[in-house]
Amino acid sequence: MSVIFLVLPLAVLFSIGAVAVFLWAVRHGQFDDLKTPALRILQDDRTEARSSLRRASRR
Amino acid sequence: MSAVSVVPALASFGVEQELGAASCTHCGLPVPRARQRAGEAEQFCCDGCVTVHSLLAQGGLLDYYQERERVAPEAKAATVSDRSYSDFDDAAFRELYCRKLSGDFVSAELFLEGVHCAACVWLVERLPRLLPGVAESRLDITRQVAHITWDDRQLSLSRVAKTLDSLGYAPHARAGQGPSAEHTRQRRTLLGKLAVAGAAAGNAMLMAFALYGGMFANMERQYLELFRWGSLLMAVPAVFWSGSVFHRGAWAALRTRTPHMDLPVSLGILTGFGWGAYNTWRGHGEIYFDTITVLIFLLLVGRWIQSKQHQSARDAAELLHALAPSTARLCEGGEVREVPAATLPAGALIEVRAGEHVAADGKVESGSSSVDSSLLTGETRPEAVGPGSAVHAGCINLSSALRVRVEKSGANTRVGQLTKRMEEAALRRAPIVKLADRLSGQFVIGVLIAAAVTLAIWSFVEPSRAIDTAVALLVVTCPCALGMATPLAVSVALGRAARRGILVKGGDALEQLAEPGLFVFDKTGTLTNGTLSLIRWQGDDELWPLVRAAEAHSAHPIALAFQRAFQNEPDAEASYVEQTTGGGLVAHVAGKTLVIGSEAYVRSRAQIPAWVEAAISEQARAALTPVLIASDGVVRALAGLGDPIREDAGQSLRALRAMGHKVGILSGDHPGVVQAVAAELGVPLEFARGGVTPEEKLAFVEGARAGRRVFMVGDGINDAAALSAASVGIAVHGGAEASLAAADVFLRRAGVAPVVELARGAKRTLHVIRRGLGFSLLYNGVGVGLALAGVLNPLIAAILMPLSSLTVITSSFRSKTFEGESS
Repeated sequence: MSVIFLVLPLAVLFSIGAVAVFLWAVRHGQFDDLKTPALRILQDDRTEARSSLRRASRR
Repeated sequence: MSAVSVVPALASFGVEQELGAASCTHCGLPVPRARQRAGEAEQFCCDGCVTVHSLLAQGGLLDYYQERERVAPEAKAATVSDRSYSDFDDAAFRELYCRKLSGDFVSAELFLEGVHCAACVWLVERLPRLLPGVAESRLDITRQVAHITWDDRQLSLSRVAKTLDSLGYAPHARAGQGPSAEHTRQRRTLLGKLAVAGAAAGNAMLMAFALYGGMFANMERQYLELFRWGSLLMAVPAVFWSGSVFHRGAWAALRTRTPHMDLPVSLGILTGFGWGAYNTWRGHGEIYFDTITVLIFLLLVGRWIQSKQHQSARDAAELLHALAPSTARLCEGGEVREVPAATLPAGALIEVRAGEHVAADGKVESGSSSVDSSLLTGETRPEAVGPGSAVHAGCINLSSALRVRVEKSGANTRVGQLTKRMEEAALRRAPIVKLADRLSGQFVIGVLIAAAVTLAIWSFVEPSRAIDTAVALLVVTCPCALGMATPLAVSVALGRAARRGILVKGGDALEQLAEPGLFVFDKTGTLTNGTLSLIRWQGDDELWPLVRAAEAHSAHPIALAFQRAFQNEPDAEASYVEQTTGGGLVAHVAGKTLVIGSEAYVRSRAQIPAWVEAAISEQARAALTPVLIASDGVVRALAGLGDPIREDAGQSLRALRAMGHKVGILSGDHPGVVQAVAAELGVPLEFARGGVTPEEKLAFVEGARAGRRVFMVGDGINDAAALSAASVGIAVHGGAEASLAAADVFLRRAGVAPVVELARGAKRTLHVIRRGLGFSLLYNGVGVGLALAGVLNPLIAAILMPLSSLTVITSSFRSKTFEGESS
């Protein structure tokens, strides 16, 4: 049972890692707009559109 | 001056017609007879739809229609304006609103009118395909803001703006980085705190489970210590970082000696943490870290919900900021220089070039042009202006340069006043939250007394447990459910209302509507169908085909009524037609000069025989709108047009009165007509006024507000100021963008019944809120009782708190505040 002294801190570290990733995402504005991406996903990706969009998204 | 003006479609008036079988290829609405082209597969109801469709065809974006079918939004004709957007290319403009990126790329954020559905997202984000040179285009549909990046060498911003306008999405400059950057930062920080609190709570709870297990079976010392210290560590970031939201509020409340919900919250958290930390350090005694961290998490969720509600109110105020111009061209001693619009003194002369916004309220000194006042009136039809005409800040000068003598500038302009009122409304703390704040004052005192009593009692009975019991009491009486009950109930109600086509901007609107007040209705389009029909004709029948020809090109409700009535008359062509907004028209048909319009319009252009005067009063008594038809200088006929009252109007007004509200009517229509409608709907005559101008409406609403709540219901056109001045402004179907921004509620469905639904729903929501508050207080009472009895331990506290929260959550979600199927 003494393994808990290893496992518990490890689990806490994971938790901290997850929170860190979340805070990073928040800081980069990923949670600013939750409605539009949901709509975008449902749009059909027509093949000729795909390549021009890829070109456009590269800055 | 062009002969026929571009008119927006009539869908905003909810018109149904059977004029030939053609539907517009773009918007699906019926095509007026005169615009139908025989033998063509594609028909369009207006120039706006033609423009958008051809643009889509050119860009290979006809898939738009498929996307739109999937989403099935409300049919609306495209509104395309004449603006050139040349002011977007000004150096000063670019300085304020554009950002340079690497290479030659520039980006800007533009507020777009008319983007309301997923198909619009699809279209706007495919702008690069339509306009080479645009690298990226992303739309945030909630805030209606498009983020566009383009190659500065290939394109100018005015071209981008013009293209967006041609698609039917008129763009406006975003009022910039300042306040909204701060709000974004605050919002993101809150979200971060929420996440940390959640993670801490989850971990603390897991460790607490272990400890609870250990309560029933013996746990070895070292494991006990591990879990106790572990929970303490988890609680630290939650209490000191996430919880700082409450500690700061509590400190401010203490300093200013005003009651605030944060006081008892902060007290409970800090006491619980402090005592728990002490107990962890000395090795024995109760710890409450799990309860505290879950508390912080749930309360922050409540805060988050509230902040989202405030956000939408703030966004609306930002829109008006964007629409009012920030600079003006001042003409002083022969030279013209740019000054901030807010600093213009009364009497100054400013120059407004074609394509620019007028920077202040004033009168035209020289120049003739046409203006688009859709910001304030919703009329996209250009209005002719010349020396002496009044113009307002925010209106767009369309054709040629004007010089305007300033009368009011900055915050005193109509737009400025509107914005100010909306900002005030956004800052107003919702009254129901104020109720919770007031409660909290008494609450804190009650809790402190209870704690003191507990300490006292237990010091005598069993001193070693005294502090334990007092702390337990403070922790368990933390107003978690209390803090969550209100925002949750409001949020659920708003969501449900939205599904019923009732879009409410904030909780305070619901709170206001729950109490009896005065409902002021606009007449045309709100209480009536807005469909005019020809009911009576007195005079020369020979004029019928001529009237039909004259009215054939217009989509104005009066024109449609004539078109319908005279469908079967022989065809004729009008060689010249000139319309005046809100007045009438002049036409040359078959060698005769026809003047058709309202009494005021015709009076200055033709002779009115005595029999017509008599007939006019008679018609007004019968609730008909009189339209005079003059041929070659003399009025030869009088048409009586009736606007039928909506079927659900009578019933709805009765229902409102049954709820304790008073009902009134304010309309710009003929007073006689208004009185007849009032009589039919049972509205007392002192509450029904006709012939009212927008300024008078505003004055009436402001006057009536003294001493009671005033709810204004209007279709938004010409009503923006009055809507914003009312306790709750309710915009019906088909309003101008600015009016939608000014109103607190927007009803998507036609008819008066949604207003009743809104009033009922508001009442029920308030009931749910009170119920939630009641439940929370009940739980707190139980907690106090258990604590006093010395029975309370962390396990029981850990059960009580989620139980109370769950009760409140369930009570909010299962309540039927706005019933019925989604619309």
